[in-house]
Amino acid sequence: MKMARNSKNLIGSASLALLLAQSVALAADWPQFRGPSYNGVSEDTGVPVKLDRKDVAWKSDLPGRGLSSPIVIGDRVFVTCCSGPKEQQLQVLCFSATDGAKLWERHFWATGRTMCQSKTCMAAPSPASDGKRIVAFFSCNDAMCLDLEGNLLWFRGLGRDYPNAGNSLGMSSSLAIAGGVVVAQVESESDAFTVGLDLETGVNKWKLERAHKSNWSSPIVVNEAGREKVILLSSKSVSAIDPDTGKVIWESTNAGGSIPSTACSGGVLFVPTKAGLAAMQSSAPGEEPKQVWQSNQLRPGYASPVVLNGKVFTISDAGIMVCGAAGTGERLWKLRLKGELTASPLAVGNYLYCVTEAGTVQVVDITKPEGEIVSELELGETILSTPAISRGAIYIRSDSHLWRIGKAATG
Amino acid sequence: MAGVPAEAGPSDDLTNSLAIIRAVGTEGRGNAEAAVAWKKVADSDASAIVPTLAAMDGANDFALNWLRPAIDTLADRAQKNGGALPLPDLGTFLLDTRHSPRARRLSLDLLAKADPGTADKLLAGMLNDPSLEIRSEAVQKVIALAETAATNNNKTGAELLYHQALTSARDIGQIDSVSKRLEELGQPVDLLTLFGFLTDWKVVGPFDNTDKKGFEGAYPPEQGIDLAATYDGKAKKVKWQNVTVTNKYGLIDLNQVCGKLKGVAAYGMADFYSDQAQPAEVRLGCATAWKVWLNGKLLFSRDEYHYDSSTEEHPLPVQLQPGRNIILVKVCQNETVEDWTVDWDFRLRVTDAIGTPIASRPPVKVAAASSQQ
Repeated sequence: MKMARNSKNLIGSASLALLLAQSVALAADWPQFRGPSYNGVSEDTGVPVKLDRKDVAWKSDLPGRGLSSPIVIGDRVFVTCCSGPKEQQLQVLCFSATDGAKLWERHFWATGRTMCQSKTCMAAPSPASDGKRIVAFFSCNDAMCLDLEGNLLWFRGLGRDYPNAGNSLGMSSSLAIAGGVVVAQVESESDAFTVGLDLETGVNKWKLERAHKSNWSSPIVVNEAGREKVILLSSKSVSAIDPDTGKVIWESTNAGGSIPSTACSGGVLFVPTKAGLAAMQSSAPGEEPKQVWQSNQLRPGYASPVVLNGKVFTISDAGIMVCGAAGTGERLWKLRLKGELTASPLAVGNYLYCVTEAGTVQVVDITKPEGEIVSELELGETILSTPAISRGAIYIRSDSHLWRIGKAATG
Repeated sequence: MAGVPAEAGPSDDLTNSLAIIRAVGTEGRGNAEAAVAWKKVADSDASAIVPTLAAMDGANDFALNWLRPAIDTLADRAQKNGGALPLPDLGTFLLDTRHSPRARRLSLDLLAKADPGTADKLLAGMLNDPSLEIRSEAVQKVIALAETAATNNNKTGAELLYHQALTSARDIGQIDSVSKRLEELGQPVDLLTLFGFLTDWKVVGPFDNTDKKGFEGAYPPEQGIDLAATYDGKAKKVKWQNVTVTNKYGLIDLNQVCGKLKGVAAYGMADFYSDQAQPAEVRLGCATAWKVWLNGKLLFSRDEYHYDSSTEEHPLPVQLQPGRNIILVKVCQNETVEDWTVDWDFRLRVTDAIGTPIASRPPVKVAAASSQQ
């Protein structure tokens, strides 16, 4: 493990001129992949720890496959699916968080390529919301914006506009919304760009050419000294861009990865790389962050890292959870979860919620010396999607169902 | 508005709104105006459903994706309010195959919600429907019947039903699964002929593709086809070779033709004779980087290596000219060494829009007949 000098002083210093704090949308909503702060951490209380079958408040049918996360706005849960021959039918659905009733369902046809590996599908990228609108995105690079009542506000066929963007394994980068701009990372070997779409109309505000490399990681939004920035990860670099103009604020080629996504916590970027996990921090607003530490013992698989209570957690493809010190990268303990994981873990209080591919929800108490699985709930279906947490409940989707686990929603 | 007129006469306001939606285009062009028009359409009553379906006739893919959720909204409201869908008009629309295939598929869905029994009976008669989605669903029902017959040890019934499904199927997955079933029943299927892969090729290579420079670069075959020419290849002089495809999936294995090499490129050339000017699709399967030209015009190129399964197809819409059409394919191989990056091959066929093969019809050689005159 490489360690930067004075790393402990750098992280957590009260005198830091830079304060990176994640963008927080509406309290208690879960507006995009890995939640309001794009890092998988929920500030909720009341999420059940000792999971039991009776905690399943409702289970609703879904019309098609999906690896995308549910998102929650107020008392509504939004899910994307795909179905039909070659998965050319795309769906956006809205459910009542209270009772799981389907409130509306809108259908679209893919305009871009729908080739993908059989493990994934067109409904792999997660939708995002500004609290008033839902923007859905699919592997075929079709994007659509609807209001909360299901009225279509705009449609973009990025797969038709830019037909060489997309790889044949399937795309999965989820959307981010910052300052009235929808940011979509569409990066493949044949064509690669990140585009900023006007949230009002869907037209390009900017389009940034990127390295022609396959990329499945998702952008995140951070707030640096009151200014929102979008952090992009690729196999070549990690960079920050201005969401309004698409201009690169800084770009670091010291770290790069293409599957799990970056997490930001306490002003530090935790960047999944080919070599493992790197912590990066700027010394002043707008400056390129420097690497604080890098650890090959904290290498994540598909799941993105999560930071909680001064510790950073990664999970390998084989289901090995590794806990490290967020300040130093020192490995603290390892815990074998029961099964392989594609979904990213979520953090609430002192617990991590992990969902295996076989559909078992496992709750890990991170205060135990070696971590401990304190409860499990078998949902009995393949689950590759990262859950959502809102108002004391967990929302989990498979290819066939959407579950709410936890207390009654209070709106 | 292009296409088949709807039976009912929509209001001017609805007609104008649908026209605005149909005007959307690339890069989000017309989105702001379409959003206003969309709300007007979606706020209409159920009588707007069929005119909105009719607006799909000839519409571009962007407009189709504005119109479809409008129909979702109209149908949902009609059903939630206890109102009836315009079933007779939907049925008439469905049965008129001049309408947009996707609009007709949607009309079938709406019928099925209100009257699943009738929709099911109609579907049974749609095995050869011009809508690929309708046809695939009808074929799937026949496959299900065949599976049941097989389960009940009715071998003859299963064979007949699988053959019926195979005759109508255009979906590659369905064709593949049915042919495997028939093979299990002792009736192998000639997939090479069924899919209509081109089998007579001229191939030249290997050319240099070190650092992938052969993809962007243009070797002499891109300047003009001269089947008698000798070119500077990657390591030696290369000439066009005749290749006749025998692989049942139509694959031309360039590792066999040119040698098992990395960092190379090769060209394949085939003549395709069309008996008339007609729209068609050139469908290419290739797991590595490729370019395809028709009659000297580049159709599309893709610079991606070993992500794709060569059993998938890239459909490239074209307009065939009457008589001889020259198809040229460049297939590149990269320099990676992993076991899963060895394949260097391609396959190609010419079909209509739903995948029905179009046969090449070379001119009949009349030398003997002429000599008798």
